[in-house]
Amino acid sequence: MNKAAIRVTVNGQEHERTVEVRSTLADFLREDLDLTGTHVGCEHGVCGACTVLLDGEPVRSCLMLAVQADGHRIATIEGVAPADGLHPIQEAFWAKHGLQCGYCTPGIIMSACAFSPRSARAVARGDSRDARRAPLPLHRLSLHRRGHRGGRPGA
Amino acid sequence: MKPAPFDYVAPATLDDAIGALATAGDAAKILAGGQSLIPMLALRLARPAVLVDINRLRGLDGIREASGILEVGALVRQGGLERWAAGRSPLFTEVLHAVAHPPIRNRGTVVGNIVHADPASELPALLLCLEGVVIARGPRGERMIPADRFYRAPLTTALDGQELATAVRFTLPAAGSGWGFAEVSRRHGDFALVGAVAVLTRAADGTMARARLAFFGAGGTPVRGTAAERALEGRAPTPALIAEAARAAAAALSPDGDIHATAAYRRRVAATLAERTLTAALDRCGGAQ
Repeated sequence: MNKAAIRVTVNGQEHERTVEVRSTLADFLREDLDLTGTHVGCEHGVCGACTVLLDGEPVRSCLMLAVQADGHRIATIEGVAPADGLHPIQEAFWAKHGLQCGYCTPGIIMSACAFSPRSARAVARGDSRDARRAPLPLHRLSLHRRGHRGGRPGA
Repeated sequence: MKPAPFDYVAPATLDDAIGALATAGDAAKILAGGQSLIPMLALRLARPAVLVDINRLRGLDGIREASGILEVGALVRQGGLERWAAGRSPLFTEVLHAVAHPPIRNRGTVVGNIVHADPASELPALLLCLEGVVIARGPRGERMIPADRFYRAPLTTALDGQELATAVRFTLPAAGSGWGFAEVSRRHGDFALVGAVAVLTRAADGTMARARLAFFGAGGTPVRGTAAERALEGRAPTPALIAEAARAAAAALSPDGDIHATAAYRRRVAATLAERTLTAALDRCGGAQ
């Protein structure tokens, strides 16, 4: 069996697709669903750029096959912000200039979302409005960016 | 798409999974958490013809503690065991914290890490230190493989191609034991250059009833520091005795040199880490008396 039919809920929206079984979840999100906000960096689990939430928990989407997401809920960076603005974590990153080139920022934001269980649940449900209201235990998150004196922790 | 093509099966029962492995033989790889296997597929270091995904199997996600034995099923994620360990076992908490990063531990399984047999990985050394066993199921039934007979070479174990490790069992340290864990790695979450884990159990008369030491990243497999164990058991430990035991254990190692560290460096660090972990273990069971 080289192909499989899967049903996944991504950012609250259900998708049914037939995927090649060797396709990673990252490639499925980017190429089949056109959700290119999930970035692929190292593609072997080290860099974290491709981090998404699987049933509310952060996982590396490059280290999971799309077929393994069958029946699960995925949240990506596209589902984080409400239509009329930014998620508080995104806003904090913006306000504090909390990124350099920004390539891995989607993964950092998704990891940060998981620090607040209510936020993670809301993002996983596709309810960005509730995610925005969820309190964040910010003391659990410290970000270090190197070689950039102007940068301050965004969260 | 980076992995070479493969067939994918996701059996619903353990018998079907074993049947799939029996049919495919060595051409099959088992997919559990996939945190080591999927990078190997992507880099085409592994090109299995068949992937047997065991994530749909029921009854393999249990953590059971009874009579001093901790049994961990094949689908328990490292993060799941970490949650079990919080407030119960500082030893398991500290070891698991050193395994990669939280998003990896959310997917990676304890058993998968142990049977993947990376010689620089923490959990295989913990299994060895706690005299664990691997429970394997194959076409001819179930067998228990003690940790000290499980590891053969890097990424090579006593499992045959038709067997599935359904669980591992750790012997939890007896009451009054002390433990130590330390590793040196380039960055937190990386595989260790060298690491050690130790458990000491004191007898009523103050001597060491039991000493266990295991190294990782110090050879082709995780290695027991038997020279240190023999030097300590039955004696009342002192800092000088610990230092001597650590040196003896490190001298017996034959670490490999590679792009990350030379063999000589690894042996030297192993001696230091053995002394530190044995000292920490001694302090946690009452210190030198």
